[in-house]
Amino acid sequence: MGEQRMDENRIQAKNVTFRYPEEERNAVDQVSMRVKRGEFLAILGHNGSGKSTLAKLFNALYVPDAGTVLVCGMDTADDELVFDIRQNAGMVFQNPDNQIVATIVEEDVAFGLENNGVPPAEIRTRIDEALRIVNMSEFALKAPHMLSGGQKQRVAIAGILAMKPKVIILDEATAMLDPSGREEVMNTVHRLNREEGISIVIITHYMSEAATADYLVVMDNGKIHMTGTPREVFADVENVRKLGLDVPPMTSLAHDLRQAGIDVRPDVLTVEEMVEEVCRLSSKN
Amino acid sequence: MLNDITLGQYFPGNSPIHRMDPRAKLLLTVVYIVALFLVKSFVGYALSLAFLYLVVRLAKIPFKYLIKGVKPLRFIILFTFLLNLFFLTGEKVLLVLGPFRLTQEALFNALYFSLRLVFLVMGSSVLTLTTSPVQLTDALERILHPLQRFHFPAHELAMMMTIALRFIPTLLDETDKIQKAQMARGADFESGNLIQRAKAMIPLLVPLFVSSFRRANDLAMAMEARCYRGGDHRTRLRELRYTRLDGMAALAVCGFVALIVLEGHFFG
Repeated sequence: MGEQRMDENRIQAKNVTFRYPEEERNAVDQVSMRVKRGEFLAILGHNGSGKSTLAKLFNALYVPDAGTVLVCGMDTADDELVFDIRQNAGMVFQNPDNQIVATIVEEDVAFGLENNGVPPAEIRTRIDEALRIVNMSEFALKAPHMLSGGQKQRVAIAGILAMKPKVIILDEATAMLDPSGREEVMNTVHRLNREEGISIVIITHYMSEAATADYLVVMDNGKIHMTGTPREVFADVENVRKLGLDVPPMTSLAHDLRQAGIDVRPDVLTVEEMVEEVCRLSSKN
Repeated sequence: MLNDITLGQYFPGNSPIHRMDPRAKLLLTVVYIVALFLVKSFVGYALSLAFLYLVVRLAKIPFKYLIKGVKPLRFIILFTFLLNLFFLTGEKVLLVLGPFRLTQEALFNALYFSLRLVFLVMGSSVLTLTTSPVQLTDALERILHPLQRFHFPAHELAMMMTIALRFIPTLLDETDKIQKAQMARGADFESGNLIQRAKAMIPLLVPLFVSSFRRANDLAMAMEARCYRGGDHRTRLRELRYTRLDGMAALAVCGFVALIVLEGHFFG
């Protein structure tokens, strides 16, 4: 049974505590959570809530001071497993410019595979496939600085994808993009989750992105403050706002309507759902 | 405006010279340059020019690109020419100018020296014109690889060059942005004397430095996250292979060196 549970949990954190040297406060404090196989999970929180630190703990970039992080059953504190862990839990960072290493797109996608000593013929097939999946095949021979932000992030995703990871962690990967770039990246990530069965963890402060996840973890002050499906979490409008976070616009509207005495559901997330609710009410009257 | 900058002076093409293995090109260029030092007469320089011309024709690069490569060095070449001209001594005096005696030997030596410099620059221009910077760093890494046994950081060197090449456009872009931002705040980069202008660069350079350090930090983190662990056991997407083309080129250069050695024997 232990074996099976290991297989179900891509990432499992138990009582994880981490503090940056020379800081008073724990950046991550007693956090326990897990990312299941095939799950799309979002970690929310305002600046300094510890969400980015948590992401780096999932990739063995940081090792917890107390508690354990298991990635596909491997303990991140074990030095010998570091590279296996990083290959299984790929990470996309915030700034698209600062994570592309090579001067040609396809060479950058190959970077992780080269590091892992994959034979050249296999590198070739894997990068071609990775670029095809993120729809960047035609840019394979371009220089990265000629691409848009969204395209650069898709190249970064391809670089991770080529390593055949079980989980991809996006650490505010859309924060520096324009709306269309953001959409490009989110569509790609959702497609990977759906079609390739890769678990996704997005760290974000965009509510619209968080609302598309299967499960939400809301962080505050290094601790987990709320968890649940987006519907469950956002329905608690007061509590979310107290943390300095927003709720999706339609949830906010539903909240205002309810306060004005109109009986709509409190957990409305999208415009479509709101339309449905309004139709339901008007047909009742 | 910054989007169309080209790195180095690579002149893209698909000629036999372009298709050669960059390692072979690099090594043969070195051989050509060494051979230049064996030249002892104008016949030898004529041979060197003929050989260079042949290669340039094969590579289908306009000859004026080679001239352009020499242009920035014209003052150095002129300077060495004059220095050699007036300070070398010899037997046959051609001209006396105050304290200086101009001799035939000095004149010839000065000419040889300048010609050697010109050919040296042109020869290496052929290399950089037909080889992209990426290929060059690749070749350099692989040529230096055996030295790694003696703790020479061949891989690190090549990695640094690649990253530098990768970030030049990014940093240029950023410089442009900072410059515009500072100009919008009333900074003046264009007027004043040299010292004033240098001082005006400070508000440009300080943010640029700060941001480069941040970028370096981010990049190191991203490289680590992608399993980077130095050059050991690393494979490469692009493998370099010597082909018949490289063999033919090596033969041609050998022939050239043999001619130069013969020339030194008969005319030297």
